[in-house]
Amino acid sequence: MNEFVFLYRGGQAGRSPEQAQQMMQKWMAWFKELAENGHVKDRGQPLERAGKLVNGKRKTVTDGPFAEAKDLVGGYTLILAKDLDEAAELSKGCPILEVDGQVEVRPVMKLNM
Amino acid sequence: MELSEHLFRHEAGRMVATLTRIFGVHNLALAEDVVQEAFCRALEVWKFRGVPENPSAWLMTTAKNRALDVLRRERTARTFAPELTRQLESEWTLAPTVEEEFGAAAIKDDALRMMFSCCSPRLAEDAQVALILHILCGFSVDEIASAFVASHAAVEKRIMRSKKVLAGSRKLFDISGAEDFARRLPAVQRALYLLFNEGYHGASPEKAVRVELCQEAMRLTSMLLKNALGATPSTYALAALTFLNAARLPARLDTSGHLTALADQDRSQFDQALAEEGLRLLERSATGPELTDYHVEAAIAWVHTSAQRTEDTDWAMIISLYDKLMALRPSPIVALNRAIAIAQREGPQRGLEEIQAIQDSERLRKYPFYHAALGELEIGSGHLEDAREHFVAALRLARNPMERSFFEHRISACK
Repeated sequence: MNEFVFLYRGGQAGRSPEQAQQMMQKWMAWFKELAENGHVKDRGQPLERAGKLVNGKRKTVTDGPFAEAKDLVGGYTLILAKDLDEAAELSKGCPILEVDGQVEVRPVMKLNM
Repeated sequence: MELSEHLFRHEAGRMVATLTRIFGVHNLALAEDVVQEAFCRALEVWKFRGVPENPSAWLMTTAKNRALDVLRRERTARTFAPELTRQLESEWTLAPTVEEEFGAAAIKDDALRMMFSCCSPRLAEDAQVALILHILCGFSVDEIASAFVASHAAVEKRIMRSKKVLAGSRKLFDISGAEDFARRLPAVQRALYLLFNEGYHGASPEKAVRVELCQEAMRLTSMLLKNALGATPSTYALAALTFLNAARLPARLDTSGHLTALADQDRSQFDQALAEEGLRLLERSATGPELTDYHVEAAIAWVHTSAQRTEDTDWAMIISLYDKLMALRPSPIVALNRAIAIAQREGPQRGLEEIQAIQDSERLRKYPFYHAALGELEIGSGHLEDAREHFVAALRLARNPMERSFFEHRISACK
């Protein structure tokens, strides 16, 4: 099994409490299925929207990132899969895709030493 | 940890009610924003860490912390609830005050206070119902529009206007004064009654939506019963009528969501637990001198629910109850139902005569079940051609696919 990171970007929150709850239930169901099939190495963490950007040699610190909501990473998960194709296939069940979000699937680099 | 059904929706109502009391009713929109943020946060965090042990408490605490931020940030720019102004101004008292206002004792009556505030005489009845659904039951504009089979634009306009009226009232309704409470209570009962009826008789084609509206009305009525001033015989009667009718709901709409005629309902599908609770409530309503239309409607529902078969129904009792209802709250719809009961007892011809005698039947003619009732009675009298015409008229007025298929079915029976 190989490791992958799912980065979740964008995705609109539900416009009503009922929609938010349904979205929540979909996430729970999705993670449950992934976990039952042994694909979850670490469920991961949510990330706050606001942070700091530290830049260059001068180490200037600015507020940010002020990316548009659709580009902002909202959290990550560590996934176990056979290969990149399988990992991408697994990401298709992510509920964020139903609300205009994205999942970025990145293999964790493997060191063969 | 699984989320209980409609948890977010119900918590939304509780949180808005509490936040509005602290922020002041003029800051209703701000309270709604804070609730929206609490849900966003819950979604972001719970996705990864799982649903907490006590999701309601988690949401309330998140709303409280956010409220503290807002109060600190905006206390120079805004005024909040007038009775809390002084405590919220100083950093020394701010946090303890907010803590106390979010305590179990303080938030206990917030939803009820909001319910009474929504039933302001400055709002029309349908506006009150929409506002209760929106604020206390957490329905979005789209969800209300689909439940009422109205356009998004029309519902949005109604909600916006009603919120403006509510936000413009100087303060929330004070539910501690017995006299004011008693004066506003009938309007609150009426709104809950209309909410229930929207589910029971309403136009939404979706069974789930209608059941939900009925359940919301029952939940809020139970809330009213938990308050000493709210637990009057008439509130018990209202609760009884909702339980006794809800007991019949599974049989009224069959599994595919089709309407079933009273005579064809499978009575084994009646919800016995609801029926028993309804009867218990009806017994509790029978104290004091007051006989309200809710008492009479609950009694009618009980006679229907308790009959083993349609032909066992005590029609004489139902007719006399409709006579009482006509005396208390005359309306063409009540008269129509009375005529149908008379037909059951004295034959279709008598029923037709009674329908013809109904005063101001203008409004009734727009109601599909008026024509359907005429159709049924004509079938009973053997006039299939007339019956068919009535069902065709009903079909023209059908409000959803469910009613349409019901009337089409009846038309094909007229051969």
